[in-house]
Amino acid sequence: MEEKKELTCIGCPMGCQITVTLKDNMVTSVSGNTCKIGDTYAREEVTDPRRTVTSIMKVDGGELPVVSVKTKESIPKGLMFGVMEEIGAVKVNAPIAIGQILIENVAGTGVAVVATREIKEK
Amino acid sequence: MIRKSLVIIGGGPAGMAAALGAVKGGLAPQEILILERDKRLGGILNQCIHNGFGLHTFKEELTGPEYAARYEAQIEEKQIPYKLETMVMSIREGEEKEIIAMNGREGILEIYAKAVILAMGCRERPRGALNIPGYRPAGIYSAGTAQYYVNMEGKLPGKEVVILGSGDIGLIMARRMTLEGAKVKAVAELMPYSGGLKRNIVQCLQDFDIPLLLSHTVVDIKGKERVEGVTIAQVDEKSVPIPGTEEFYPCDTLLLSCGLIPENELSLGCGVEISPVTGGPVVNECLETSKSGIFACGNVLHVHDLVDYVSGEALEAGERAAEYVLSEEDSGPGGQELTVCGENGVRYTVPSTINMNRMKETQTIRFRVGREFQGVKVSVYLEDTLLRSIPKKTMAPGEMEKVILLKKDLEGKEIQRIRITIEEA
Ligand SMILES: Cc1cc2nc3c(=O)[nH]c(=O)nc-3n(C[C@H](O)[C@H](O)[C@H](O)COP(=O)(O)OP(=O)(O)OC[C@H]3O[C@@H](n4cnc5c(N)ncnc54)[C@H](O)[C@@H]3O)c2cc1C
Ligand code: SF4
Repeated sequence: MEEKKELTCIGCPMGCQITVTLKDNMVTSVSGNTCKIGDTYAREEVTDPRRTVTSIMKVDGGELPVVSVKTKESIPKGLMFGVMEEIGAVKVNAPIAIGQILIENVAGTGVAVVATREIKEK
Repeated sequence: MIRKSLVIIGGGPAGMAAALGAVKGGLAPQEILILERDKRLGGILNQCIHNGFGLHTFKEELTGPEYAARYEAQIEEKQIPYKLETMVMSIREGEEKEIIAMNGREGILEIYAKAVILAMGCRERPRGALNIPGYRPAGIYSAGTAQYYVNMEGKLPGKEVVILGSGDIGLIMARRMTLEGAKVKAVAELMPYSGGLKRNIVQCLQDFDIPLLLSHTVVDIKGKERVEGVTIAQVDEKSVPIPGTEEFYPCDTLLLSCGLIPENELSLGCGVEISPVTGGPVVNECLETSKSGIFACGNVLHVHDLVDYVSGEALEAGERAAEYVLSEEDSGPGGQELTVCGENGVRYTVPSTINMNRMKETQTIRFRVGREFQGVKVSVYLEDTLLRSIPKKTMAPGEMEKVILLKKDLEGKEIQRIRITIEEA
């Protein structure tokens, strides 16, 4: 089955409109891009789109009521809300060091959630 | 009373990099003092928890707090003194500058310094400027204020949201509130294009199917106590709403993301000349304002979209301030003064003058264009003689541009003006 997908390249401010043609979920052609970056981006984006999730987690006994966190690597785009739900359900205790692992394997992605700031005890 | 060689006002990325620049320029750390009104260093980066910072400086993608922490660590390591929760009230110019500041522990502080660096950042355009008729019910926030609530206090300002303005902060907040469980109904943008980065339009709006309504604005807000909804209408080329295009969006929150303006009350108070285009001080090649020994960098000088550029510029300001403090002469540099002019779409340049005696081997000129361009070139003219052209595929008001001038290209030339202009390629 042939399928066409339209997307906007995020590689630079040009923002080329790219069309990717897929046959049985395999990329057969990429068009509309001006350079190689657009080609690579488009192939990844249609086959395995990934995002880094950044959010906050509740903290007990800290100088701030929350700590900012991120997924250490990018996770599949479709799992963003699952990751958010798990981050929202956890409460951590101060002190927290920057880079400290707060969830080992979030939403079964194999990716850790780490603190992006230090939180001292109140 | 405190006496220092250099006082830096503001402990955001600009203030921190300026301090490091001053040490690099030869000042002893204990001769420097950073004054910051917040509880921590880092400025606005503390609330910008998303990633995308530092690609230029550290070659990796950091979140705002992580980027700030890298600089804070260097401030601690070099033992550069700073005072937190200390608000600067006024600056008086003169050979020795007098800075009045205040904090809860020491009361009023009188500080004397040879040089001052302004690094107070910017603030969001107030909603008064928006000209939306009707009541002012609860539920209207600037995007930055909402960002503070969500990211620093863990509080969601509302459940159903409309955002006016598609600058990066508005786009970032559309994603942030969506991830936290709010429903963002639409982002309305007055202009026919978004001022935000493409990357943010894709990853903050398209990822979540949030509609971006270009050439649209909010014409009415419903609700007395709390926002109950807003009416959005399409606008014509003159930004005037087109009758008959109104559509009502029920919502409990309206976020305004309508641009940033440099925070220059202190600068005005000490007589620093302000550019009507940038809203920041007019500066020379040393990033020195119209008042000798008072320097400026970061968002207080002109609004930056990339913090990496803020750090680069601030480092330069710090080095130049150190030079100023350490130089013995007090008769000014003398020598040839060149004016830098932006023309044909170049809205402004930083700096706006260059003194040949003080110019380094290279001089970076930063500027912005006033509209979108495709397939053009940036040309540098010495009076009417073309020096160099740089081709550009695209240029947009949202992206800060720069050209680098070489001293050897300017030396010995009988010129008064350097012109930077956009031309057909
Ligand atoms: C709400 C908001 C969100 C932003 N989001 C992004 C983003 O996502 N990505 C990006 O690259 N850029 C973003 N920016 C732009 C950002 O401001 C710059 O990238 C960078 O942080 C500017 O650094 P700065 O040091 O010049 O200003 P700031 O970070 O604003 O720091 C200025 C500091 O000066 C202090 N100060 C001000 N007045 C006084 C006084 N009188 N006395 C003592 N201290 C004072 C302030 O408390 C503050 O800490 C954002 C700006 C705003 C306003
Ligand atoms: S394809 Fe190349 S030129 Fe086009 S937006 Fe992507 S990076 Fe820019």
